[in-house]
Amino acid sequence: MDSQSFHYMRRKFYNLLALSVSVLSAGFGIFFLFWILKDVISYGLPAMNGAFFAELPAPPGAEGGGLANAIFGTVLITVIATVIGVPSGILAGTYLSEYGRKSRIASVVRFVSDILVSAPSIVVGVFVYALLVKPFGGFSAIAGAVALSIIMLPVVIRTSEEMLKLVPDATREAALALGAPHWKVTVHVVYRGALRGITTGVMLAVARVSGETAPLLFTSFNNSFWNFDMSEPTATLTVTIFNYAMGPYEDWHQKAWGGAFLITAMVLCVTLLSRLIVRRRAA
Amino acid sequence: MTDKIKIKDLNFHYGAKQALKNINLSVKEKEITALIGPSGCGKTTFLRCLNRMHDLYPGNRYEGEIILDGMNILDKGLDLIKLRSKVGMVFQKPTPFPMSIFENIAFGLKLIGIRKKKEISERVEKALRDSALWDEIKDRLHEPALSLSGGQQQRLCIARAVAVEPEVILMDEPCSALDPVATAKIEDLMTDLKKYYTVVIVTHNMQQAARVSEYTGFFMLGEVVEFDFTQKIFTAPANKLTEDYITGRFG
Repeated sequence: MDSQSFHYMRRKFYNLLALSVSVLSAGFGIFFLFWILKDVISYGLPAMNGAFFAELPAPPGAEGGGLANAIFGTVLITVIATVIGVPSGILAGTYLSEYGRKSRIASVVRFVSDILVSAPSIVVGVFVYALLVKPFGGFSAIAGAVALSIIMLPVVIRTSEEMLKLVPDATREAALALGAPHWKVTVHVVYRGALRGITTGVMLAVARVSGETAPLLFTSFNNSFWNFDMSEPTATLTVTIFNYAMGPYEDWHQKAWGGAFLITAMVLCVTLLSRLIVRRRAA
Repeated sequence: MTDKIKIKDLNFHYGAKQALKNINLSVKEKEITALIGPSGCGKTTFLRCLNRMHDLYPGNRYEGEIILDGMNILDKGLDLIKLRSKVGMVFQKPTPFPMSIFENIAFGLKLIGIRKKKEISERVEKALRDSALWDEIKDRLHEPALSLSGGQQQRLCIARAVAVEPEVILMDEPCSALDPVATAKIEDLMTDLKKYYTVVIVTHNMQQAARVSEYTGFFMLGEVVEFDFTQKIFTAPANKLTEDYITGRFG
C-alpha cells in the first residue's frame, strides 16, 4: 500500500471514530433522559386523577386526597419569582451589553453574577431565611419567591447579555446613524434581534427554579391547607415531593411520583409555549 | 456649486493613535464626492467623522472644524440626534434591522415624528420605489428584511436612509459585498440620489469612483494627497502618488 492511500485510509478511520464517539455520547445522554421520563411517566401517570388536582392532602396515613394547594403554590411562587427576577435580570443584562460594556461596574457585576450562578441553592435559601423569614416572623410565599428570583437572576443576566451581544454593532450603528436615541435603538432594534435568545434563556431560568426544593424548605416551607396569603407558609410541589417521598406511606410515594410527573409536564409546557410564541413573533 | 460641508484642519485620534492629519476639503452640495485610497488610509475614519459615529466608542478625539451649513458639527454641545437625521449613512455590509422590510423603513419615519399609518405606508412605498426595490418586493413587505438577498438588503438600507430625507448621505463602500449586477443597480441609484442629496462615498473600486462621482479625494496614511474633479484625478493627477495609485502601481 503506498503512503498516499495509507493516509487516506487513516483519515477515513479517524472520521469514522470521531463520528461513532459523538453518536455514542449523544445516545448516552438521551438514554438517561428517556429513562427518567419513562419512570416519571409510568409511576406518576397512575397518580393522576380528579382528586389529585382538586383536593387538599389527606391526613397522614389516610388514603386519597390531592395536592391542589401545592400545585397552586408552585405556580404562584414561580410566577412571582419570574415577575421579580426576569425584568431585573434583563435590565441588568441590557446594562452590561448596551451601556456598561467595558466599565468597571460592569465587570464587577459580571463577576458577581458568575459566582451567583454556581452558588448552591440551599445557601440562597438560608440567606433569604435570615433576610426575610426570621425578621418578619415566619415562613412565607413571598420569601420563597424572592429566593427563587435570586437563583434565577444570574442566569437571566448572563443569557440576556450574551444574546444582546450577538446583535452586531453594525446594526446599532445603523440605527444610531438614522438619528435614533440610544434607548430606542436598544428597545426597538437590539431587543428585536435578541428576542428569541432571551426568551429561551428566561424559559430555562423559569424551568430551573420551578424544580428547586432546597431554598423553599427555608422560606415558603409547607402547608397542608389552602393559602392565599403571601405572608403565610405555602405548599409547593417540590417540597411536597420531598416530604412524601421520604414518608412511610405507599400512598404518599405515589403522590410524590404524581408531583414529579406534573412538574415535568409543566416545565415542558412552558418551554413549548415559549417556542411557539417566539416562532409566531419572528415570522 | 456651493459647499455643503467644509472640513478645516481636521485631526482625528483613536486614543493615542492619530488616524487623520490636517484634512482640508470641501464637499459640494448635490454632488457625489468619492474618497479613494489604500486600505487603512483613513477614508472610512474620515467618513465616520461626518456624522460623529466615532462618539460611540470611548477614547476617540477630534480636532479642527467640520462646517455643515455654517455650523461646526464638532462643537461639544451639538445634538447628535439632529446631526444624524441630517446626515444619513449606508454601511459596508448591509445592516437590515431584525424586523420586516416595511418596519425597517417605518422605523426611521417614526423617528422623525410621522405617526399616521397612511402617511407611513405612502412614504415606505416611495422610498422603495426611489431605490428601485418596489417591483421586486412589493408582495413581501411584511417578510423579514433578513430574507432578502445581499444586494436587495443594501438597497433597502439606502431606502431606509433616504426615507427620512436627510441632506447628506454617507456611503462606506456600499458595493463591496455585492455582485456586479447589484453594484450596477446601486450606482444607478446614486446617480438619481444626487438630484436631491449630497453624497459622499468611500470606495475601493476606482472605476466606480470614476463612473459616479464629480469630485474625488485621494487619501494616504491619514492625509489627503489630492482632492480635485474626478475627471482631473483620473486623467491628469497633479501628484505622483495619486498617479501611481490609480494606475495600479501600488496599493
